[in-house]
Amino acid sequence: MSSKRRRPIVRGLYPVAVGGLLLVVLFPVLWLVLFSLRTEQESFRMPPRLFVMPTLQNYVDLWQGKFLRAFENSAVTATATTLLSLLLGVPAAYALSRAGFRSERPMSLWVLATRMAPPIAFGIPFFLIYKELDLIDTRLGLVVIYLSFNLSLVIWMMRAFFDGLPRSLEEAAYIDGAGVLGAFVRVTLPLCAPGLATTAIFCFLLSWNDFFYSLILTRSEALTAPVAIVNFMNYESWDYGKISAGATLIMLPVVAFSLAVRRYLIRGLTAGAVKG
Amino acid sequence: MAGAPALADARRGRSWAATRRRTLLALLLPALAALFVVTILPSIFLVATSFTPLDLTKPGSFRLEGAGNYRELLRDDRFWNSVWVQGRLSFWTVLLQLLIGLGLARLLHTRIRGVEAVRAAFIIPMVLPPVVVALTWKILFTPDVSVLNWLLGLVGLPQPAWLGDSTLALWAIIIADVWEWFPFVFLAVLAALQMMPEEPLEAAAIDGASRWQIFHHVELPLLRPVLMVVGLFRLIDSMKAFPHIFIMTGGGPGVATEATNYYAYLQGFSYTLVGFSSAITVVMLAATFALSLGIMRLVGQATDVE
Repeated sequence: MSSKRRRPIVRGLYPVAVGGLLLVVLFPVLWLVLFSLRTEQESFRMPPRLFVMPTLQNYVDLWQGKFLRAFENSAVTATATTLLSLLLGVPAAYALSRAGFRSERPMSLWVLATRMAPPIAFGIPFFLIYKELDLIDTRLGLVVIYLSFNLSLVIWMMRAFFDGLPRSLEEAAYIDGAGVLGAFVRVTLPLCAPGLATTAIFCFLLSWNDFFYSLILTRSEALTAPVAIVNFMNYESWDYGKISAGATLIMLPVVAFSLAVRRYLIRGLTAGAVKG
Repeated sequence: MAGAPALADARRGRSWAATRRRTLLALLLPALAALFVVTILPSIFLVATSFTPLDLTKPGSFRLEGAGNYRELLRDDRFWNSVWVQGRLSFWTVLLQLLIGLGLARLLHTRIRGVEAVRAAFIIPMVLPPVVVALTWKILFTPDVSVLNWLLGLVGLPQPAWLGDSTLALWAIIIADVWEWFPFVFLAVLAALQMMPEEPLEAAAIDGASRWQIFHHVELPLLRPVLMVVGLFRLIDSMKAFPHIFIMTGGGPGVATEATNYYAYLQGFSYTLVGFSSAITVVMLAATFALSLGIMRLVGQATDVE
């Protein structure tokens, strides 16, 4: 824009103002991280001190407790559901992109509907069915319910990536004697690697961040990390150190991944409404 | 006899096309079957459940019994309270997110190099797991450990017990939600600003329009479709606010922060009245779909917000 036209003093202040704003916006979460590095006693100190000798005690406590198991559950279910969604969704997206079925509108409605529905809409029926099937408190149960939002997302996002690839490459492969499947796996898929990575990250994040399904469908064995931290506040009357340490551990991978796909964040979050 | 090879070719072509179509169909079907099982079947099951008096503590209560839950819903004051809470929560969060997101995007839409680098950091709140957001703000709003209250005290403002006050508790949740999701608006608007054609802006500048006039009369109308779409998305998502309420207030004090989604959860999973809870959920779904259709309509106008 026209920052050139502004007076030099304004131009000089601008980065300072932006920096200040950033600090205000990020302060809550920075404070959480600082909290995780101090003792219980220190967290109750008023006025609070900005700099204290950091301690890793809270993390050590977490490491030795049951939290590790919950962290593992989160990682395993998120990874498994991501792989399963890709395995089912990517070929389907390819078929939709290439076969010329008139699928655009019904698919986008489907994606939007599953994206928009409040989780409890799937939570209730899955809960009732899992009680019958003995799938309550199992990792498998979580993986399956996560498919309800991941699968349509994969189809929607990957379809857009496939649509963007020229068909002439596949046709060249057909002429060289490749079958439909061969051309898809050996020619098209490798070209879509960035799209695959983006989609996979999205699936992983959505599952990793889930709170509601894990809350109602797990008890102890398959408990995931987001619900496990909340238990620190019920049973141990708010152990602030452990809570903030657990929260820090949960968010670190997420923040790193998300910044990597930030170009696609809006596209992923508005999937169904906006052409991928 | 020149026609024979051509005919054979055509036949081979046709069978190749048929094979290709069959293969593609085979690639599609497993996903469609899975989608059917994990989305359509549960939805049907949910609607059916909403017509039963199912109570998990009462065996045999899972039987179709008509629209009793819905009739009860209409008479249920606590349900209407939840709609009112939901309405205020949605209104304020969406409004504030749009204003803050728009303002910040306008402020940071610049080519100054340092600013471009820093821009990505502003989206961090939105990529945090919702549980982390809720815990962060719970800590900031709990008087014993609240650095926020300490700061308020420093400048001579009152230091309220946010989550224990029936008016402020809802505002605490609104603040947390606005903080988490204004980056969504920010990101979408920023992208739209960057794609905006230069000509009308330059023309307005040459005509001597002030910065505010350019923003108000040129940029804002061009941003309208994007703002509508992100606003509707936020509106629909605001009806799903769950972790914040669960962790920060538990719906309290009293029923002051009991939004509809949370009320449905309580009925189903705290009071075991799953049939009634399903009815609430079906009503919410209907509202959500009505809004989604609104989005579909708008997309006709705003084909690409990216």
